[in-house]
Parts: sequence; C-alpha cells; structure tokens
Amino acid sequence: MIKKEMIAMLLAGGQGSRLGVLTSKLAKPAVAFGGKYKIIDFPLSNCINSGVDTVGVLTQYRPLRLNQHIGIGMPWDLDRAFGGVQVLPPYERADNAEWYSGTANAIYQNLEYMEYYDPDYVLILSGDHIYKMDYEVMLDFHKSSKADVTIATYQVPIEEASRFGVVIADEQGVISEFEEKPEHPRSNKASMGIYIFNWKVLRQALIDMKDVPNCDFGKHIIPALHENGSKCCAYDFKGYWKDVGTLGSYWEANMELIDIIPEFNLYEEFWRIYTKSDNLPPQYLAPGSTVKKSIIGEGTEVYGNVENSVIGSNVYIGKDAVIKNSIIMNNAVIKDGAVMDKAILAEGVEVGKNVELGVGEYADSEYSSKVYAFDLVTVGEKSVIPDDVKVGKNTAILGVTTKEEYPDGLLASGKAIIKEAGE
Amino acid sequence: MRAIGIILAGGNSQRMGDLSAKRAVAAMPMAGCYRAIDFALSSMSNSHIQKVAVFTQYNSRSLNEHLNSSKWWDFGRKQGGLYIFTPTITATNSYWYKGTADSLYQNIDFLKNAHEPYVVIASGDGVYKLDYNKVLEDHIAKNADITIVTKDIKPGEDDISRFGVVKVGDKGRVLDFEEKPLVAETNTASIGVYVVRRRQLIELLETCAAEGRTDFVKDILIRYKNVKKINAYKLETYWRNIGSVESYYRTNMDFLNPEVRNFFFHQQPGVYTKVEDLPPAKYNSDAVAVNSLIASGSIINGTVENSVLFKKVYVGNNTVIKNSIIMNDVHIGDNCYIENCIVESRDTIKANTTHTGEAGKPKIVIEKNFRYTL
Repeated sequence: MIKKEMIAMLLAGGQGSRLGVLTSKLAKPAVAFGGKYKIIDFPLSNCINSGVDTVGVLTQYRPLRLNQHIGIGMPWDLDRAFGGVQVLPPYERADNAEWYSGTANAIYQNLEYMEYYDPDYVLILSGDHIYKMDYEVMLDFHKSSKADVTIATYQVPIEEASRFGVVIADEQGVISEFEEKPEHPRSNKASMGIYIFNWKVLRQALIDMKDVPNCDFGKHIIPALHENGSKCCAYDFKGYWKDVGTLGSYWEANMELIDIIPEFNLYEEFWRIYTKSDNLPPQYLAPGSTVKKSIIGEGTEVYGNVENSVIGSNVYIGKDAVIKNSIIMNNAVIKDGAVMDKAILAEGVEVGKNVELGVGEYADSEYSSKVYAFDLVTVGEKSVIPDDVKVGKNTAILGVTTKEEYPDGLLASGKAIIKEAGE
Repeated sequence: MRAIGIILAGGNSQRMGDLSAKRAVAAMPMAGCYRAIDFALSSMSNSHIQKVAVFTQYNSRSLNEHLNSSKWWDFGRKQGGLYIFTPTITATNSYWYKGTADSLYQNIDFLKNAHEPYVVIASGDGVYKLDYNKVLEDHIAKNADITIVTKDIKPGEDDISRFGVVKVGDKGRVLDFEEKPLVAETNTASIGVYVVRRRQLIELLETCAAEGRTDFVKDILIRYKNVKKINAYKLETYWRNIGSVESYYRTNMDFLNPEVRNFFFHQQPGVYTKVEDLPPAKYNSDAVAVNSLIASGSIINGTVENSVLFKKVYVGNNTVIKNSIIMNDVHIGDNCYIENCIVESRDTIKANTTHTGEAGKPKIVIEKNFRYTL
C-alpha cells in the first residue's frame, strides 16, 4: 500500500433532463458519445492518464447502466489492489436516509470513503463533459499557488458567460469574486465544475455546512470558503472542453469529431480514451455501400449510404438506407431503404423499412419546448419505428411504436410519441 | 471441464515465406483484429477449459506480447489460468523443443501436476470454432485411446498434402495415418486437435522420450495406430489452416463472405482477442470502401476494395487498395496503388508507390521507411 496523494470524486448522479429521451433510462454520464464511447469515459480516462488511480463514482439517477459499464474498472485500468474505482450510491443510516441533495451534500455523505484513503488532495469531477485534461498539471498549479481550493475555468465568449458561474481573478489566478449566472458578466472565465481541494479544508467545510439544504459547491461551499479567507485560485484550462448538456450541443460535439483534423482528436496515441469494449469484430462495408465523412464503430455492417455521421458499434445499416448528419448508437438496426437526416438514435433502436426521419419544416415542440428546440429527431433507447412511416423535425420517440400511432403515416414536426414516460 | 488445454504454437512454417520472419504462425494477424491463436484460445475458453498452456519457441515475441494478459480470453481465474511455456535449461536438459512430443515431455510436470483426467491438444494456426466437450464426449463414448479431429478438405480449399491424411474406417476408427503424403489416399485431414487421457499421454510421452523419439504425429500417432485405439471426430463446420501464404490470404478473404462472418462474428459463442482501445474507424470526404473489413483506429482517405484492413491503417488521398491484406499499423501515403498484396505490419509506404501481385498469388510487401510520428 502506498498513500494516495490525490483521489477523485466523480459526480455521476444527474439525470441530464435536457437530453430528453436519451436519458429516459440511463444517467447522462452513461449516454454514448463519439460512436463507441460513453460520456463518463472521458473523465475516467483523464483520471488514469493523469495518474489518479482512486476514483469514487457517485451515482443516483438510473444507475444500472452506469454500474454495468464501470464494473470493477478494468477498461480504465482502475481495477487496483488498493484504490481503483468504486461506485458510491446513496445509502441508509441508522437514524435517517436521504438522497444526494446537492453536489457538496453527495460528497459529504461519502466522507468515510475519503477518510479511508486520507489523501492530501481531493479532486471533484462531474461526469458530463467532453475533454482531455491532465489533472496532475492542475495539481501542480494548485500546489505552487498554495491555494486551499483551485477551480478549473474555461474562457467562454463573453455573451455566453451569463449561463455559467463566473470567477474574477488576478493574473496569478487568485480569485477575488464569484458571480453565479450574472446578467452582466465582468469576466469570461467560466467554472468547469472541476475542483481540487486540500483534503483538510474540504473536510472541515463539508462538516461545517452539513445542514445547508441542497448543499452545492458553486453556490455554498466555495463562496463560504472564500468569505472566511481561504485562498481560492482559478486554473485557466486551454484545451478542448465541451458541455454536452443539451441535444443541440450534444449533436454538435459529435459532429465535430468527423472533421478532417478535429479539434478534439481521438487518434492521439498519448492520451487514449478507454471504454468498455465488448470483444467485437472489425466493421464490414458491403459492395454498393458508400461511407463519407463519418466515423464507424467495431462490428458494424454497412450495406447502405452514410454521410457526415457518427455510427456506434455493432450497428446494422440496410441496403439503400441513407444516413446523413446523424448519430447512431450501439446495436441499432436500420432496415433497408430507411432515410434520415439529423437524427439521434439511442442504443438498440430499430428503424423499419423505408422510414423517413427528419422530413418537412421545423416546428416548435408541443411536448417540451425547453428540451426540444433543435432540428433533430431524437429516438430513445430500444424504441421501434414501424415500416413506411415519416417523422418530422424536432420530434421525439420513445418506446415500441406501431403504425396506428402515426396519423396518415406521419409524425409531424414538433410532435412526440412517449410510451414509457411514467411506466 | 474435465480437461486441460495445450496449444502448440512453437512452429515456424517455410511456406509462410517472409511473413514468418517476424512472428510465429500462431501470432499471424487474422480477419482484421484477431491473431490466429485467438481461435483456439476462444474455443478453449468457450468449452470451459480453465487451465491452458501455450508452448512457444520460434520467434515468440509477438505471441508473448499478444498473450500479455489472460483476461482477454477470461482465463484469469483462481482455478487454472493461462501459461506460456518456452524451452528452459534444466539440470537434465539443455535443448530446444526438438519436436511436438518433446515439447510436451519437457513440460511433463505440468501434465503430472494437473488433476483433470483429460488433455486437449490443439495447434495455434487453425481458424475454426469447436466445442471440445463434444470431442471429449465422443472420445469417451467410443472408448478411444486418442481422438483426433479431422476435416474433409474439398478440392480447391487447400492442398491436402500439406496435412496429415487420415483413412477412417467403421465407427470412426483411424485405419491409416500418413503425414504430408506425396499422393493423398483420402481427402480427410487431421486438423491437429487431439484428445487423450492425461495418464495415457504421460505414459506415451515417457516411452517416447526413453526411446529418443520426439514427434507427436510420427512417433505417437502413426507408430501406435495399430496398437492403440485411435478415433476420428469429424468437424463439419468451417476450418482452415493458415500455414502457407496462399491459404493465409484465402482465409482472410473468406471473411468477406457473409456466411463466414456470420459463423464467426454473429453466432454464439464469440471469438475473443486482446482489446486495444482504439478509436472508431474514420472515413474522410473522398473515401470509398466496398466489400471490405476495416478494423478500428483506421483512417481512410482513398479507395479500398475487396480487402481486409487491420487496426490503425492509414490510407492516403487518391490511394487505391484492391484485393489486399493490410496488417496492423501500416501507413500508406497518397497516390499509391496496391493490388493482390499482403502488406506487412508497421510498414510505411511512401506516396506514389505501386505494388501489384498476381491474382491468387499475393505479393508480400515489406517496406520499412521512416515515418514521422508525434
């Protein structure tokens, strides 16, 4: 055994409700990204590549898929004799039982886990961003600036800064002020939700503020620490970082991967992204198929035409099917002649023969205008779309649907069929 | 499972030409992302054989690298495991493995210390799926001393005189066995998979060694064919040996056939291999790829037709690849033309290069040029 200098706590309990039907059955960190990956693979791979080999993953919303994915952590080399990955769900105590009610509350409820390792530093991560980051470099910055807490920040366009928690810092990175979603931001340094704490400082703060309802790092812990004189610093992160919190940004981030030299390059040898790969065969492209500007996962068989798309593993694309500007996750089946433009199909979706997805003109969503505000057809996990129907833009489908549910064989733009919402 | 597994992967094959300069036949890359030995290892794992030893000797670095962990085939259990046995110098022996029987004899302690009553011996250069339990059941039902698995080779599939040729009588009894005959009497080949009772094998090996004999086929199977009851189990499903350049090329090309792909890739149980965590394959805007197998980590800019591309292959702009096998980590520059070739792994082919082989007689391309890497 060797003492851990820094351990990571990865917050993976959120639903990510703005991803609509994509997260109807699984937590956002378990949503597929870039063909074969899941969103949580990025922070987990960053951890092992940065030399952080002890990671607690806090789960709450729909954890089954996440648990299956993480297992004992073998894909990320996090199956360790001491340390490694550990899934931490909420639990019952002798006197009460409560869910994780906020980011800091969730960490507080796992004080015991951190005390067991008694590290020098604790790294707090969230499981819903796409980026490559060396946490060790951030730790070096944290140490050299003698901070109590370091917040990773990302420079966003000033007009977008009002969507984020913003920090105002001097040239050395010492933070003088925080603004949570300010109307008139005075800085464009947005907090990425990544923190390094001195363990003793974090422990004391969590205990002191344990009774704050929905205790949150950005809203409660860090402002309180700043107020009582702890040194807070901002670590300016310069690489690629993408929040994939909405369907629009999720689609865009996927599409960026197919650029000739994408800004976020998965093909670099020295910072590999690991994922749980089933032992799958190579992909097969049949005579008569065309594939352009796309990435395609293992085991996929293409008989149709694919352009500008991200295709996962073990997908079947039938003859004369036309896939454009779409994201298709693992194990989906697209039957002969199906045509789609700007569709997101979750894992195991089945699209019938000659189906057309993404027809007609854009219309505002009648189902949930907050979530569905893009040109996209979004189809939830294991949904079935029957043969010969048409589906408009800005639509959502969840569940095994039949022809009768498509009036005149058409689901008009802005509409949705949600069959398992309440169960 | 009541058997331990042994995979004989020590051999070299003259017929592999320059391809075997780099690795043992059992380590030859197969079907885009596998190596030849994966088929025997996966069949052992799927037959619930828990203790498997791989005997290596010739050029075994690639093979040892591939077998760096037993977890890929699910052998890393508390009971059993995956063992790699290379020849070692001992107080009584300082020779390499002098033959297949000698390699078994040099590791006789492994056989003696096992408690499983049977031994399954397989070669590392066959491409097939087989439930060894079925062979064992047949072995027990027929009350055999040794069971050998056979396959009827159809004309055009392979050259029968490369194999041990078997004449099978009533109820599967082996009447005659000829190793690599000039003129084969039948079209039934031994595929190099044997089932034998462990104590029987130990006894045979000890006698064999005492007489200074070293070859399993010649000195045990053929020598004892009238004394011991040798039983043939006929394999009806796909089997190919990849021990010659032509058969290696043909077997890889077989995977472009939907029936073969379906048998190996989609029917349970699966074939397993070392997972390498490569990103998905990428097709840029002028890419054309038809009737081809393409493994992950590849980037395609040009045209690929009727070919098998292994992992991490880069195909440059305006490059055309036809009827070829491109092994792992090959970089092919712009404006190249490659037809009927087998391109050796880690090659770097400069822009504007042409390589063409003859149909059915592929050209082996080995080009170790400098490659700029980050």
